[in-house]
Amino acid sequence: MATRTAAALVTCAAILAATGCSSSFGGDKETKQDTGAGQHLKVLIATSGDAETKAVKEAVAAYEKRSGNTVTVEAAKDMNQQLAQSFAGHKPPDVFYVNSDQFANYAKGGSLYPYGDKIKDADDFAEPLRSSFTYDGKLVCLPKDTSTLALAVNTDLWKKAGLTEKDYPTSWDELRKVAAKLTGGGVTGLVTSDEYQRLGVFMKQAGGWITDAGQTEMTADSAPNAEGLGYVKSLLRSGSMKYAKQVDTSWGGEAFGKGKAAMTIEGNWLTGAMKLDYPDLKYKVVPLPAGPAGKGTLAFSNCWGVAQESAHRSAAVDLVKYLSSGDQQLKFADAFGVMPSRTSALATYAKRVPAAKAWVDANAYAQGPVTVAGFDKVLGQFNTDLQSLRTADPKKILADLQRNGQQALAKGH
Amino acid sequence: MSFRATPPRTTRRTLRGAPSGPRPTAGGGPRTAGSPGAPDAPGGSGPHAAPRTPNTPPAGRRGKEGAWGWLFVSPMVLVLGLFLVLPILMALWVSLLDWNGQSNPFSGQAKFVGLDNYRALLTEDGLDRTLFATSLRNNAYYVLLTVPLQTVLALTLALIVNQRLLRGRSALRTAFFFPSVTSSVAVATVFLFLFQGSGAVNTLLSWMGVHGPNWFADSRGVLSLLLGALGIVDPDHPTGLLADHSFMGLSWYEWLSGPSIAMCTIILLAVWTTSGTFMLIFLAALQDIPRELEEAAALEGVNRRQLLRHVTLPALRPVLFLVLTLGLIATWQVFDQVYVMGQGAPGNTTLTPAFLSYASAFDDADFGQGAAIAFILLALILCITALQRWALRERGARPRRNR
Repeated sequence: MATRTAAALVTCAAILAATGCSSSFGGDKETKQDTGAGQHLKVLIATSGDAETKAVKEAVAAYEKRSGNTVTVEAAKDMNQQLAQSFAGHKPPDVFYVNSDQFANYAKGGSLYPYGDKIKDADDFAEPLRSSFTYDGKLVCLPKDTSTLALAVNTDLWKKAGLTEKDYPTSWDELRKVAAKLTGGGVTGLVTSDEYQRLGVFMKQAGGWITDAGQTEMTADSAPNAEGLGYVKSLLRSGSMKYAKQVDTSWGGEAFGKGKAAMTIEGNWLTGAMKLDYPDLKYKVVPLPAGPAGKGTLAFSNCWGVAQESAHRSAAVDLVKYLSSGDQQLKFADAFGVMPSRTSALATYAKRVPAAKAWVDANAYAQGPVTVAGFDKVLGQFNTDLQSLRTADPKKILADLQRNGQQALAKGH
Repeated sequence: MSFRATPPRTTRRTLRGAPSGPRPTAGGGPRTAGSPGAPDAPGGSGPHAAPRTPNTPPAGRRGKEGAWGWLFVSPMVLVLGLFLVLPILMALWVSLLDWNGQSNPFSGQAKFVGLDNYRALLTEDGLDRTLFATSLRNNAYYVLLTVPLQTVLALTLALIVNQRLLRGRSALRTAFFFPSVTSSVAVATVFLFLFQGSGAVNTLLSWMGVHGPNWFADSRGVLSLLLGALGIVDPDHPTGLLADHSFMGLSWYEWLSGPSIAMCTIILLAVWTTSGTFMLIFLAALQDIPRELEEAAALEGVNRRQLLRHVTLPALRPVLFLVLTLGLIATWQVFDQVYVMGQGAPGNTTLTPAFLSYASAFDDADFGQGAAIAFILLALILCITALQRWALRERGARPRRNR
C-alpha cells in the first residue's frame, strides 16, 4: 500500500511540475507591441440585440476600409465570465465593452490600458461619466454612450384620470398626488424596478448619494438618503407605487406598455422597447420631479476598454477614437436608441430627436454609476434590501449599505 | 405470477440470508436458491485475494507485473491527474490567495493571504459571512426537503412500474423518466412561466378559490408564515428571543424562517426532474432482487406491506445508499436552476453556495473567495456523506452468515 501511495504521489508531483513549469499560463512581462501595418484586432461586445451588433459591425467595416487593419467583432454570451477567462488566460480581446459594474475590478487588476491621455478632446465627454471611468486619477476609457432616467407618462391614462399637461409633476408632492389619482381599476400610478438603479433618483433628489463625489467614502447613511427612501416607502405603502414584480412584469417598461402602470421611471432604451413591443401606446417623457434638493437623475454607460495585454494597443485606441467620434455616436443613436456621450453630438441628437428632450436635458444634472472595486455584491445586497422597502426601515437599509460599503472600500484600497 | 416449485428448506436459508442482499460488488445476476455458496467463492472477492493464496509467485515476477499494471493504467492516471487532481490542487491554492483573475496565480503576483478567505466567510462579521450563511440556510432547507421527497417519490414510482400485472408499463416508465432527459434549464424556464403571478398554476388555484402567491417574487419563508399564522412571531417585525440572538450574522429567526415560497418552487422542480433518474436506479435494483425471495416470502404467508418492509427494502439498501448519496451531493451543488430562476432573488432566498461561489468569482472578481466557498462546500458534503454512511450502515446485531 505504501509503495502505491508513493507512486501516486510521484505521479501527481510529475504532473504538477510538468504543468506548473510550462508556460501555459503565459508570462507576466509587458506585452510586446505590434508596430506593423495591417494589424488584426479583436472586439468583444455585450450587445443589447441584433440592431446593436449590426451597427457595430458596420462601423467596424468602415474603419477597416479607412485604416487597413482587419477587425473581428464577437458578441459575448456572458460578458463578465468571458472577459474574466480571457484575462486569466492572457488572451484578452483588444477592444471590448466594459460594464460600469466591472470597471473598477478590471482597472484595479491592471487589465485596462488607460488611454485617456491620448484623447485630445476628452473634455467633450459628459463629466459624470468621465469621473465614473476614472481610476487613480487617470481617465481609463471613454464612455461609449449615455442613458439617463426620466418619467414616462401614459397620455391616455393621464387624460382618463382627468389630468392635463399642466399636471406633469415637478415636485414630490405633485408626484404623490397624480400617482394617487392615476391608481385604480388595475392601474398603478407609478411602477418601477426594485433596484437602486431606479430608486436612487429619489436619494439624489433629496441631496444624497451612496458615495461622495470622488468615490472614496461612503455617504449612504446620510439624512437626505433616508428622506429619499422614506418618500419611496410612503408611496409604496399608499399603493400608488408598486414594484414591477408586484404587477407581474419584469421591468417598469413592461408594466407601462401593458397599461398596468400610468407612469414609470426608465431610460432612453424605453423608446426602442415600446416601438418593438407596444407600438400603439401613446406616451410622453417628462423630466423627473425635483425633490427637496432640486433635480436629480442617474446616468448609465459602458466604456470602450482597451486591453493592457493587447499587442495592438495603438491600433486599438485608434479604433476607439473612430467608434467614439461624434458622427459614429449619432449613427449608433439612430440604430439602437442610445444617446451620444459627447456633449457636441448630444446637442445634434437633441435637435434630431425632440421626443427625447427630457433624457437629453437630464445629462446636465445626472449622477454617474458607482464604480468601486468589489462593490457588485454590496450594491446587490442593497437591491435585495430594497425589495422589502415597503415594510423595512430605510435607515436600517442605509446603515447596512454604509457598513458593507465601508468594508469593501477598506478591502479595495 | 409464475410459480416454480422450490425445495422449501433451501428457500428458507436464502430468505434469512437475504438482508446481506445483493452486494454492489457482486455485479453478477441474481443468486439462485440452488447454489447459495457460489457468489462467495474465494476468487470472487477480487484482486486482493490473489496474494493471500498459499502459492505466492516469486517477488521478481510480481514486481514486473506491478510495473506492467502501472503502464496499463497510466493513461487513465494521467487523465485523472491532469483534469481532476491538478485542478483541485490549483483551486485549493487559489482559495488561499487574494486573486482577481487577471494575473497568473502561480507567479506570486497574487497576494497570498492564508486562510483570510475562509475567515471572511466563517468568522468575520460582514457581508461575505452574511451572504454565505444565507446561502447555507437556503441550501440546507433545499436538501432537507428535496432529498427525502425525491427518494420516496422515485421508490414509489419504481414499485408501481415494476408490477408485472401493470398495463402500459413501458409507457409509464418513459413518462416518469422523461423529465430527467429534458434539459434542466429548459424545464426551469417553463416553470418560470407556469408559476408567474398570473400564470397557469395560479389560474388553476383561483378556480378552486385559492389566491396563489406570486411564486418567484415571494421571499417569505414558509416556516415564518406558519409561525406568524400561529401568532408566535410577527413576520414583518420579529422581536424577542428569536430576533435577539444570531449565529454567523443571521438572527435565529432568519435561520428558522424556512425555505421561501420561491425556493419551494425550485424544490418542486428539482423533485420532479430528478425522481425519474432515481426511479430508474431503483427499478434496476428491484429487478435484480431474486424472484425466489418474493416467492419464498409468499410461501411464508406475508402480506404486501411485510414483503416490502422485510424483503424488498433490505435488499434495496445498497441502492438506497447510492440514491441518497447522489441526491445529497447533487442537492448541495444546485446551480443551474438557481442561475435561471432567480440568481438569489427574491431577497437572497434562492442563493446557494454554488451560485455564490460563481458570483463572487465572476461578478466580484474575487476568485479566492469563490474557491474558498467551493472547498467549504466540499468539506460539508464529505461530512454529511460520512454521517449518512454511518446512519445507513449494516447493523451489527445480525451476523453475516456467508463469510
